[in-house]
Amino acid sequence: MKLKAILATTALAALMASPALAQQISVKAGVLNDRSGLYADLSGEGSVIAARMAVEDFKAAEKGIKVEIVSADHQNKPDVGSTIARQWYDQDGVDLILDVPTSSVALAVSQITKEKNKILINSGAGTSDLTGKACSPNTIHWTYDTYALAQGTGGAMVKAGGDTWFFMTADYAFGHALERDTSAVVTKAGGKVLGTVRTPFPGTDFSSFLLQAQASKAKVIGLANAGGDLINSVKQASEFGITQGGQKLAGLLTFISDVHALGLQAAQGLVLTESFYWDRDDQTRAWSERFAKLNGGKKPSMVQAGVYSGLLHYLKAVEATKGKDAATVMAKMKEMPTEDPIFGKGSIRINGRKLHDMYLYEVKKPSESKGPWDYYKQIAVLSGEQAFQPLSESECPLVKK
Amino acid sequence: MFELLGIPPQALFGQVLLGLINGSFYAILSLGLAVIFGLLNIINFTHGAQYMMGAFVAWMCLNYLGINYWVALVLAPIIVGATGIAIERLLLKRIAHLDHLYGLLLTFGLALIIQGLFRNQYGSSGLPYAIPPQLAGGQNLGFMFLPNYRAWVIVASLVVCLGTWFLIEKTKLGAYLRAATENPTLTQAFGINVPLLVTLTYGFGVALAAFAGVLAAPIYSVNPNMGGDLIIVVFAVVVIGGMGSIMGAIVTGFSLGLIEGLTKVFYPEAAATVIFIIMVLVLLVKPAGLFGRPA
Amino acid sequence: MTNLASTTDTPAAAVLTETDDGAARLHRNLFIAIAAVLVVAPFVAYPVFVMKVLCFALFALAFNLLLGYGGLLSFGHAAYFGMASYVSAYTAKNWGLTPELAILLGTAVAAVLGTVFGALAIRRQGIYFAMITLALAQMVFFFSLQTPRFTGGEDGIQAVPRGKLFGLVSLADDRVLYWLVAAIFMGGLLLIYRIIHSPFGQVCKAIRDNEPRAISLGYRANQYKLMVFVLSATLAGLAGATKAIVFQLASLTDVYWTMSGEVVLMTLVGGLGTVFGPIVGAIVIVAMQNYLATLGAWVTVVQGVVFVVCVLLFREGIVGVIAKAIKKPL
Repeated sequence: MKLKAILATTALAALMASPALAQQISVKAGVLNDRSGLYADLSGEGSVIAARMAVEDFKAAEKGIKVEIVSADHQNKPDVGSTIARQWYDQDGVDLILDVPTSSVALAVSQITKEKNKILINSGAGTSDLTGKACSPNTIHWTYDTYALAQGTGGAMVKAGGDTWFFMTADYAFGHALERDTSAVVTKAGGKVLGTVRTPFPGTDFSSFLLQAQASKAKVIGLANAGGDLINSVKQASEFGITQGGQKLAGLLTFISDVHALGLQAAQGLVLTESFYWDRDDQTRAWSERFAKLNGGKKPSMVQAGVYSGLLHYLKAVEATKGKDAATVMAKMKEMPTEDPIFGKGSIRINGRKLHDMYLYEVKKPSESKGPWDYYKQIAVLSGEQAFQPLSESECPLVKK
Repeated sequence: MFELLGIPPQALFGQVLLGLINGSFYAILSLGLAVIFGLLNIINFTHGAQYMMGAFVAWMCLNYLGINYWVALVLAPIIVGATGIAIERLLLKRIAHLDHLYGLLLTFGLALIIQGLFRNQYGSSGLPYAIPPQLAGGQNLGFMFLPNYRAWVIVASLVVCLGTWFLIEKTKLGAYLRAATENPTLTQAFGINVPLLVTLTYGFGVALAAFAGVLAAPIYSVNPNMGGDLIIVVFAVVVIGGMGSIMGAIVTGFSLGLIEGLTKVFYPEAAATVIFIIMVLVLLVKPAGLFGRPA
Repeated sequence: MTNLASTTDTPAAAVLTETDDGAARLHRNLFIAIAAVLVVAPFVAYPVFVMKVLCFALFALAFNLLLGYGGLLSFGHAAYFGMASYVSAYTAKNWGLTPELAILLGTAVAAVLGTVFGALAIRRQGIYFAMITLALAQMVFFFSLQTPRFTGGEDGIQAVPRGKLFGLVSLADDRVLYWLVAAIFMGGLLLIYRIIHSPFGQVCKAIRDNEPRAISLGYRANQYKLMVFVLSATLAGLAGATKAIVFQLASLTDVYWTMSGEVVLMTLVGGLGTVFGPIVGAIVIVAMQNYLATLGAWVTVVQGVVFVVCVLLFREGIVGVIAKAIKKPL
């Protein structure tokens, strides 16, 4: 209800403001994400709410920019996602697409965005290929990527003494990539990988693999999986007393929505990396409070926060360039430093990689938690430069060496 | 030969046990399918969704009504079984005279509806459900750490499976049921209310699925898709077993869990496929399945 | 008998076996109408959408050949569709094959796969047949998931070049590619129509309606069943291979079991055992998915409801109902 009221007022404001301004720019942004599947809770409708909040906070209407937001469900299927993206660009006059979780869909949409010369600000997908070998002058990868997660969780854990690792890897390309990136970081930091097991994807029962991990006596069990696999393996690890036995679990791709689904009883002690946590400081708390009110009490995930932050930066660039030509706006976005209340200061590299701090968190014990959504305690902070892949290592053709 | 691929025999024994525990889920689910198929001649595609409903009802009992696991273990199968009875009365009955493949299509549609509704309501990330305090912790068996809950799963499923077998093979009600399976018209002529029997059977099969769901809730992720993929595996189990007998479903369920468990140790990448490979092999040698009667 | 299309509740199929000149004339006119619609469509509707519909319509037609005329319900047709789409995408991208060769190769692989799976599956009937095809398709899914070198794993094969037809005509423009897809669709449709009305098709129908009788008449039922299975798998492959070129992408979605369910739904909605039904079904379902995309999870619910309603009240499907109304087979 409140949402509608806000929308109505912005629309009204736009209506009243428009005749006063000579030049009105109208922008159409499409939030393309998973609204029904595994990633619906961490992106979904919440990302649309975040995008609306960005428009509101930017006071777009007052600045003569009319923003319309459309949204669709890509069902985590690349063919569905690419059909919607094509149609949005070709027919519906969409200027930029936001969010797009699921790497396969993100890569497909990035390809189409390049072909149609529009803009993709990706928040939801993990694959570092988006700014690596599959990079595009039209794509910005905002919130996180697998490389940064590996640096955060792998590097910082070894420093904290977790120097022997055992990987439970979901047997698909994304799992393999997570394992590969993290074990490289672990070895580089002086740690040792004692073993690895490939678990069928998607899997339900992980007890057999957990016993293998337990037998390896590794200090850290790296969970190179996501979604349902992650939840099942953490749940069963707690059942088999893995963490009580002194081994630490490291989630290589874990979102706050996963922790929420697990409950603290099962998830306690899990170590993970994120770029945003609602309870980090006063600004994030204030923003998240507003968000939660619009989102049925659910706190924002880093993906949803990234959609907000990305759209805000885009609108700033549109305002600065007084137009929405993709190339000009992209150049401006990469040139301007980024700043917003939730990700702080940052920048965007030539390959489209957005830089900001990454945080290593440990999930609290039930006794440490003060209430719902009070889940993390911070262990370490990595600067953007430390966390993300250096340009010198990038396979992206846009990077001139 | 004792140290196979670096796995000591004790650890192997642990894996065998875990495999059997997983097999208990296959056994209960394929048993439910077999019971339904026996009398209704329908492959219940909704079975996976009903398994999921079992887990969700347990969660709802706990979170909305404060009803604990033990009560939910009895209550959830009754509630979900009742929805099954409603489905049979309102929908399946109407197509009973048609080709049985329509039953497959109808239940497939129902599965889509149920999963979609739960996804709308609860999202897909899943819900937390803790292990009941009485069964927390575990026993150190020397060769492995066996959580108490897993031990309970195997005991509970064995009791339910054997109980069902006893009910169908050794009681009077079971005799009616078997008679109705063989020849419904003749059984009806003897004054037995076959339509009622059909309804109750479907409800019972569904209740079995829900029971498996409640058993699964504390250890597997409780989410709307939890039954979707599992059901395909259970179908393969059923094809291998042949659905000819109740015991066949139980034995096949447990032994395939065991085989899958061992595959997880020796060649984990194939663990998801091994059941399908076995299925193809069985079909080549015995098209009717291991326990099935030839068509 | 456990043959779906042979029950008295599918009068469309029953009507179809009656041959009359009026029907033939009607069909000829319908083909002309379809061709006309195909010519106009890209100027009226969004071409990519029309191409998607055409690919799925061909897929549904292929599926219906097996179910409607062979009486065999396959719940694993995604395997042929998806595998062909992988092969076509892979060869077009990595071997640099021209699109027509890539599509042909994809189709050929689907034919081989169909032969192997068909030989296994036709050993059982009815529900068992459905489950076996489902399980076999699931093996293809796991194979695709675990051979990322070939399939790209869950990322799929992305950025497949549309290339130049016969090395001459660039297909980069949607409007140009459209004519190729329309031609493939029309070819597939005519071929299926021909198969159904050939002596081979008549024997298949006879086996569908009464297998023991057909056997007693000296027909080798299993050979016919295998043949119709392979034909259906091949044409499903043609649809999948074409789709890979259109969307420049082949992914796990194409081999997942929900895809097998979707094609059943399309055929059911359009009209089982009718020649033109699957086309209508494909239009309805693809349009529904497209325009309901904003509804999120409700799409699944709506699909499920359509399934249930069709089975309960509407077993003839849209075209079946029309056929009944005008008393002519469609």
